[in-house]
Amino acid sequence: MIITKQKPFEEIMGFLESSPRVFIAGCSLCATTCKTGGEEEVKEMEKKLQDKRKVVSGWVILDPACHILSNKKYFRENKEKLAQADSILVLACGNGVQAVSESIEKIVYPGCDTLFLGEIVRFGNYEERCQLCGECILDKTAGICPITRCSKSLLNGPCGGAEDGKCEINPEIECGWQLIIDRLKKRDKLHLLKEIIPPKDWSKSRDGGLRKLIIGRKEK
Amino acid sequence: MKAGSNLEKVLQSGQFAVTAELGPPKGSDAEMVKKKGNLLRHCADAINITDNQTAIARMSSIACGVILTQLNLEPVIQMVCRDRNRLAIQSDILGAAALGIKNVLCLSGDHQKFGNHPQAKNVYDIDVIHLIQTLKKMRDEKKLLEGDELTIEPRLYIGAVENPYADPYEFRVIRLAKKIKAGCDFVQTQGVFDVKKFKDWMSVITDQGLDRKVHILAGIIPVKSAGMVRYMRDYVSGISIPDEIVIRMENAKDARREGVNICLEIIEQLKEVPGLHGIHIMAVAWETIVPIIMNEADLVPRPVA
Repeated sequence: MIITKQKPFEEIMGFLESSPRVFIAGCSLCATTCKTGGEEEVKEMEKKLQDKRKVVSGWVILDPACHILSNKKYFRENKEKLAQADSILVLACGNGVQAVSESIEKIVYPGCDTLFLGEIVRFGNYEERCQLCGECILDKTAGICPITRCSKSLLNGPCGGAEDGKCEINPEIECGWQLIIDRLKKRDKLHLLKEIIPPKDWSKSRDGGLRKLIIGRKEK
Repeated sequence: MKAGSNLEKVLQSGQFAVTAELGPPKGSDAEMVKKKGNLLRHCADAINITDNQTAIARMSSIACGVILTQLNLEPVIQMVCRDRNRLAIQSDILGAAALGIKNVLCLSGDHQKFGNHPQAKNVYDIDVIHLIQTLKKMRDEKKLLEGDELTIEPRLYIGAVENPYADPYEFRVIRLAKKIKAGCDFVQTQGVFDVKKFKDWMSVITDQGLDRKVHILAGIIPVKSAGMVRYMRDYVSGISIPDEIVIRMENAKDARREGVNICLEIIEQLKEVPGLHGIHIMAVAWETIVPIIMNEADLVPRPVA
């Protein structure tokens, strides 16, 4: 899930300064689960903006905000309310904000900061798990990602800084390599780590430029 | 000879080697580098220069190393994976070798959170084991990491570090074996205070015959005050300091002298440890103590290799 956090209200009020009339767009998926851009949060935002004397011309929960065709349909249905707005405040991830901006010719503002791709440990408690690096090595590391969970993304860790199973940078962060070693040891597979995991091909990550995937098209 | 460096010659001849650390200045101060280098001239086989240690930007290790070679001193330049991608690492290594540097010590590097630029982006394009592999490939196969041929290979003596005290303890020897497999020629350890734990670690090393594949140098950190000892115990990750040392420093009338005594006692015990081939003394910001310690430890004059 994409984990988001609502921006401080003052920051939102800052970029809405020249927008007396606002339309709000939330998202039915991650932002709803994160409680940053679901119906409840959108209504709350509407009230807060009204309290600051903004006109909220309408709102919608996109299903989901990263779906351009679906966004266009929702925007057609809300055409009049959107026409009354100076801008759209999007309570969704950075992808949602951009997809909205591609779906309608309108000024779009981000209401959230996009933090990471992570899991729900328990409600309201999220942890980063994947860096979308393009080439998964979880088969070699007992299902624990060193790219994400090691603060230095070491492929052949751990470094010399771990203490009591905690990362040198913060005692609240578990050493990713300690977790990998513990799990492999439990499975009597620690010997797997004697092999050197080769350097990573970062061209498959964002370093290779914008990534696209078109199903059905032959790979070059 | 792989690199023909003085350090390599001393270690290959089976003599007890000594290297000493030099912290580069926070400024373009060549005189300070020369002064520290000259201070360490007769008491170490090579002078080890840190690379933005604790993630604090300072004069580059390669530049300091070149200043030392101009004084006829032998540097070991440190290189961390935090600040350079594989292109920058290889080009800096080629340049360093062309400028006369013969020893490189490979490290992951302290996380930038600890330094004076905590908002920096870290690199870690390749990790330290890949760095060792890359240097070995450049030297022995005359090729860049991705396979391109080099006109002239960098003749380097390749070092790595290991921390016998870091977690997970049972994995440290496996990781050292990985560094040896990757191609390191010598290894420096984290500062030794807990000699017993160090000996236990060394016995695992010798049991596995790793001491015959790599030269191990034990780290020595001279301590100045009880405050410094407590700080290292409490805040420096991966350092283990027995209570006895803290108490001795706290009770000492002359803390600096007591620190030297502790240092000398540790060195004496280490000289007897099977499989250990030398020491690496890290007296950063207290380099003046190194000649005194080396003299009292009977480790000078250094061999003429």
